Amino acid sequence: MTYQEKKSILNLISAILIFTVYCLYRYPQHPEGGLESADTFRYWGSFVLVLTAVTLVAHILISIVFNIVFRMTTGEKEPTFEDELDKLIRLKSIRNSFAVFVLGFLLAMASLVASEPSPLMFMILVASGFLSDVTGSLSRLYHYRRGV
Amino acid sequence: MGKNLVGNHIRRLRFNQNEMTQQQLADKAGVTRQTIVSLEKGNYSPSLELAFRIARAFGLPLEEVFYYEDNEGGNAP
Repeated sequence: MTYQEKKSILNLISAILIFTVYCLYRYPQHPEGGLESADTFRYWGSFVLVLTAVTLVAHILISIVFNIVFRMTTGEKEPTFEDELDKLIRLKSIRNSFAVFVLGFLLAMASLVASEPSPLMFMILVASGFLSDVTGSLSRLYHYRRGV
Repeated sequence: MGKNLVGNHIRRLRFNQNEMTQQQLADKAGVTRQTIVSLEKGNYSPSLELAFRIARAFGLPLEEVFYYEDNEGGNAP
């Protein structure tokens, strides 16, 4: 298995782990009271912002550790540049990822139109962000293994 | 994925060239090893520029490294 394939699998696993652990940690902190209270909006705002920061930092740390382990176990250096295949696959994975997020965004807006409680809209947005990340990693893995 | 119509002899040529490794060929052609792996598996049709660079890495003309195969018979070996 090549560096890119291993990296795609790692990104997929780490995205799932980070999101699951973060949700398990934050879910019990959901404010009591009315669904439309100011606390609820503050909670979801901080949920998304902290999740973004945590995901970013965790991905960087995991990537550094992975590169060190990769060098130690294989004796190879990780590629330091993107060639034409990498660029093509990145574009395709971003396209798929974006499509999933847009679908989730539209679903979130539809929930508002249907007069569903606003926390549901936030949940759909957060879930679509997570699913788009997973879709991106899966697409990358698929194209590296099966071609473009 | 659609069927890849551009085939190549990269694996055989590497073997003939003193068992050149995929990494060595990748370094010569200026791509990652992943791209050489995908080309050998027939999962990827390279750009014209990359095809020329790979042919140059072997010191051969393009048509001795790559071939085009279509439904009308093609010129695969």
